[in-house]
Amino acid sequence: MKKLKSMSELGKSLAAIGIALVIGAFFVLLSGESPMEAYGALLKGALGSPKSIANTISKSIPLAFTGLAVALGSRCGMLNIGAEGQLHAGAMAAVLTSLGLSFLPGPILMIVSILAGILAGMAVGSIPGIFKAKLNTSEVIVAIMLNYICTLFTSWLVNGPVKAQGSAAQTHVVPESVWFGRLIPQTQLTSAVFLLLIVAAAMYVFLWKTSLGYQLRAVGANASAAGTAGIKVNTFLIMSMVLSGGLAALAGVTEVFGKYHRFIEGFSPSFGFTGIAVAILGRNHPAGVLLTALLFGIMDMGSLRMARVTNVSTNMVTVVQSLVILLVAAPELIKWNKNRKRG
Amino acid sequence: MAGINNFLALMLQLSVPIILGALCGTIAERGGIILLGVEGMMLLGAFAGVAGSFFTGSAFAGVLLSIIAGALVGWIYALFCLKWKAHQSVVGVGVNLFASGITAVLLKAIWHTEGMSDPVAAIGSLTVPVLSDIPIVGALFKNQSPYLYAMFLIVAGVWILFYKTKYGLRYRAIGDQPHAVQTAGVPVNRYRYIAMMAAGAIAGIAGSYLSLSQNNLFVTDMVAGRGFMGLAANIFGGWQPIGSLGAGMVFAVAQAARFYLTDLEIPSQIVQMLPYVITLLILLFVGKRVKGPEALGKLVD
Repeated sequence: MKKLKSMSELGKSLAAIGIALVIGAFFVLLSGESPMEAYGALLKGALGSPKSIANTISKSIPLAFTGLAVALGSRCGMLNIGAEGQLHAGAMAAVLTSLGLSFLPGPILMIVSILAGILAGMAVGSIPGIFKAKLNTSEVIVAIMLNYICTLFTSWLVNGPVKAQGSAAQTHVVPESVWFGRLIPQTQLTSAVFLLLIVAAAMYVFLWKTSLGYQLRAVGANASAAGTAGIKVNTFLIMSMVLSGGLAALAGVTEVFGKYHRFIEGFSPSFGFTGIAVAILGRNHPAGVLLTALLFGIMDMGSLRMARVTNVSTNMVTVVQSLVILLVAAPELIKWNKNRKRG
Repeated sequence: MAGINNFLALMLQLSVPIILGALCGTIAERGGIILLGVEGMMLLGAFAGVAGSFFTGSAFAGVLLSIIAGALVGWIYALFCLKWKAHQSVVGVGVNLFASGITAVLLKAIWHTEGMSDPVAAIGSLTVPVLSDIPIVGALFKNQSPYLYAMFLIVAGVWILFYKTKYGLRYRAIGDQPHAVQTAGVPVNRYRYIAMMAAGAIAGIAGSYLSLSQNNLFVTDMVAGRGFMGLAANIFGGWQPIGSLGAGMVFAVAQAARFYLTDLEIPSQIVQMLPYVITLLILLFVGKRVKGPEALGKLVD
């Protein structure tokens, strides 16, 4: 029974991807190009060589972190739209900590800086949770406001107080001891991928193997029933947003410590929002999120080659991703077993 | 004196997309549908306007196309929310991402470039002869876009519809108690579909203002968060048309101030943050008392 249900979920996700690709192909035709050529270029660009595969994985990492963040929040019934702001806050906090405390020995500096980033993300993430729990205001609007506030605030910081010499909006380079090691030379893949796998595993264990995680999922499944059963609903609403914020922050931390070695303005091409798509398509499960993030990484990486070889804009990938969101989010649209009653 | 006139004029220009965006939020959410997709709908309207003007050579055709495109998107939005029962916030995010992507793709397809389109025929500005010479208030009538006056008319129209007609009364009830209204025999979803198409049309108009009146071309992601600002203004204004108007003006002041405060050495990003911070504070202090529609997000079947 359980296996059938997850097969059905997988089927829905695959169907959504398939339909989205077909609609995307239609738009490619509208651009006057051949979908076969476009999608072919995309696949070759993402998976055509070991280096490109490494870069594909690297592109998937921040998406996986924000996907995990949104997935965790969703397991408690909270939609964390604020991942974008949280990852900016986390990135900036981590960078500033590493610059400010650079006298600390290497490994300690690394741990402290990452923790600072996580804490910043948690702090920002807690706000929508608190608003929802105490004031019953939509966590979504609060999170969107915070996205702008965090992005603008970090923008001010990196253009003003913590700006390095020169014209680019970026900070000084962070101490080498906090750089994530490059796994394959001349690619962007760093040891951050190991951190991702550990975090994903930890999230799985937390949600399905601990009592706290069970209660969190219970609140997400049916808050009033959980409340009646004695679970403190508000506590878990806030907790899920706090943890979610911490996860999202890691997306920012791994990018600034792994890829850029500094905070640089505009380093996030909407990782936070794309994370929502990743979580939904990944059915809010760590394994699903990792797979979906990889798929999106393939699309992002491949789109560069696609844009070079054909006339199709890299934004076509955004179009397909958004179609996936819309298709997966509509339960009535893709009915797997039309005649089965939903058990 | 000229300084205040200039500031007022600028503020009015900046207020149009925010107020119209807020109205979209008001219309949709008073019927119980969460409308996060305003940003995307405005962007699609902006693009449709430019495309229409480009292919026909007439700015008015562009405006018409933006209205039609907006209404169409509004209808599809309602379809996803009502018929296919999608999570409404997610539909909003999806629409925003879709708009951002598809406008960039079509821009490249039509003009073979990334970033911005070619200039197109646009809507000129008006100056009302006598009224524009009145000090201070004259700013309202000097060199302003016809969209500004249209905006006031739309606000008034929505107000009249909401508070002076039985349809408006029923519709507002839907946002609070959809089941009760449904039981009373009112076709709840039909009202919602119509409202979403209206909201979409207004979003389309707002978008075309940005591309055909404030500018004369399309730039990728040119809405730049003003749709979200409109949603915040809607909350700030208490989900009412006049409230949206007032709140939108406040946000416009903050936006206009950005140009003037550069001398005072207050960083532009901090000034830009103000509307969002204000909204959060409003929600914090008044959140329990400013009542949104009680059944936001709830469906009837």
